[in-house]
Amino acid sequence: METIVGPLFTGLSTGSILLLAALGLSLTFGQMGVINMAHGEFIMAGTYTAYVTQQIVGDAGVSLLIALPIGFAVGGAMGLVLETLLIRHLYHRPLDTLLATFGVGLILQQVARDVFGAPAVNVTVPEFLRGGVDVLGTTVPKTRLFIMALAVVAVAAVALVLRFTSAGRRIRAVVGNRDLAEASGIASRTVDAGTFFIGSGLAGVAGVALTLIGSTSPTTGQSYLVDAFLVVVAGGLGRIKGAVVAAVALGSLQAVFETYSTASLAKVGVFVVIVVFLQLRPQGLFTLRTRSLA
Amino acid sequence: MRNFAQSRLGTLSGFAAGAAVLFGLAPLVLSGFRLGLFAQFICYAIVAVGIGLAWGRGGMLTLGQGVFFGMGAYLMAMHLKMADAEFRSGPGAVPDFMELAGIRELPAYWVPFASPAFTIAAVLLLPTGLAAALGLAVFKRRVKGAYFAILSQALAGAFAILLIGQQTLGGFNGLSYFRYFFGFTLNDPVNQRMLYFITAAVLLAVVALALQLRRSRYGELLVAVRDAEARVRFLGYDAANVKVVAYAVAALFASVAGALFVPVVGIISPASIGIIPSIMFLLGVAIGGRATLLGPVVGALAVAWAQTTLSEQFPSAWTYAQGLLFVLVIALLPGGIASIPKLAGRVRAKNQARTLEATA
Repeated sequence: METIVGPLFTGLSTGSILLLAALGLSLTFGQMGVINMAHGEFIMAGTYTAYVTQQIVGDAGVSLLIALPIGFAVGGAMGLVLETLLIRHLYHRPLDTLLATFGVGLILQQVARDVFGAPAVNVTVPEFLRGGVDVLGTTVPKTRLFIMALAVVAVAAVALVLRFTSAGRRIRAVVGNRDLAEASGIASRTVDAGTFFIGSGLAGVAGVALTLIGSTSPTTGQSYLVDAFLVVVAGGLGRIKGAVVAAVALGSLQAVFETYSTASLAKVGVFVVIVVFLQLRPQGLFTLRTRSLA
Repeated sequence: MRNFAQSRLGTLSGFAAGAAVLFGLAPLVLSGFRLGLFAQFICYAIVAVGIGLAWGRGGMLTLGQGVFFGMGAYLMAMHLKMADAEFRSGPGAVPDFMELAGIRELPAYWVPFASPAFTIAAVLLLPTGLAAALGLAVFKRRVKGAYFAILSQALAGAFAILLIGQQTLGGFNGLSYFRYFFGFTLNDPVNQRMLYFITAAVLLAVVALALQLRRSRYGELLVAVRDAEARVRFLGYDAANVKVVAYAVAALFASVAGALFVPVVGIISPASIGIIPSIMFLLGVAIGGRATLLGPVVGALAVAWAQTTLSEQFPSAWTYAQGLLFVLVIALLPGGIASIPKLAGRVRAKNQARTLEATA
């Protein structure tokens, strides 16, 4: 039993971390087609939000719960500013958006370095998340369970918002057919800004949660970014469920490879699998059917 | 003026001027140390020419040129290490860094790199082959645009991580401290100068090759694929093949640059070929003008020069400047500096039209 639960759990756990990092991307990249390289720095901003909140509040448990909504607001606000000042003007040049936002990411990293210093800072894990729980004979760290739960909640929240609220309906309309949505009286610019706010806010939330298992340093976000992009690419643009399936699949794959080889070889293995997978499904796992040539 | 620049005489005199600067002026005015730095910058410029071809002309945003640069560099570094070991303690000896790491047996994949011919062939063929294979896999299935950019970036990340894990390739520290370059002492200033001349000659050759590609039918096709891939397909061409060639040529240039970088700089490590350095290769290309022939060269040289002069004195300010340059150039001046004269001309024409309207 142990032999199954161990890797399975590691896979789910790695997958949920990937999913948290990729969920915001699947909104901004997937739904809007914007490649935001500064997304990793929004995650980094989330980790520092957790750190600053803890410095002010003191109690680790309370500060974590407060930091989650604050992280959302911080990430969202940064995203909103970036969208208004830069990305909005580059919507018809997706590849250029990538490079320009990479520049923004460089600047944000340096800001973090100048404000908080280059070495990693320490965020204390709250009392109630220390230690582990026994699941079917395997000890599972509580922090990982918390992150899995948070990933589930975040995905459910995004799915519910997209499905049942009027704002969600508008987002889906603009993604489906921008011209028709505009003709129907939807202010697509406002919708874009709103989508970007939510997507970037999710990066902030991911950042807060990731302080539980990873270090908080200026380059924190970068380490998650490439994997998060791969999740969205493998999952298919424009579909939340694609991101979910791809994150869990890639996480499990990584875990399985790691049990049989080293972590570095596992990364290469996952990359090869993705290239082969794109041979079979160039548009990713789930696709929005469109009639465009590209 | 324009006709002259495109005529055969114009091309030849352009190359003559370039050769005069590289072979005559630069060694005359630069000290030995600065000439070595310049050789290093030229290595970046060689990579930039390839990126200009793949990205500027072909529209493929390659965020992973560090992979091919790194392959060329490591292949060359392996040969230099083997040669050093052989000179020190006879054929089949283990390179010094392996001895320090406690590796007694020479790994099998190192053995052929004792041969200079094999090494040069590997530098020319291996990265090009990998790029061609990867390009075929990706472009044939019409994976393109952002997808391709992200894949190439992931490749760079995976490659750097893979290298860090390889103790027999120096791991995190990479390979460094080379004494001989094909039998010549690298410490000797005369040989360093020779190395500079080789690097400069390779740059001229690479630019000439890129120019020939641009002016050929293939070059026209490449631009057509960039601007309207679907239409090129409808005309009966295989757009994927066109892209693969440009991608492989760019990889070849990067690999050769890496192979020259190792003896010039004396160290190669995973830190200089990962995700960030790979994107940094693009900065100079974007600034100089991605779709032009010489823009990438000038841009790469300028960025490398600014990096060495500014980053040590003002490390923080230089990072801000890099970020700002990316944002400003890409957002406001996508054609790079090379497009400024044209933009100015357009503004002038507009003003002229306005005055004509006013007087009419």
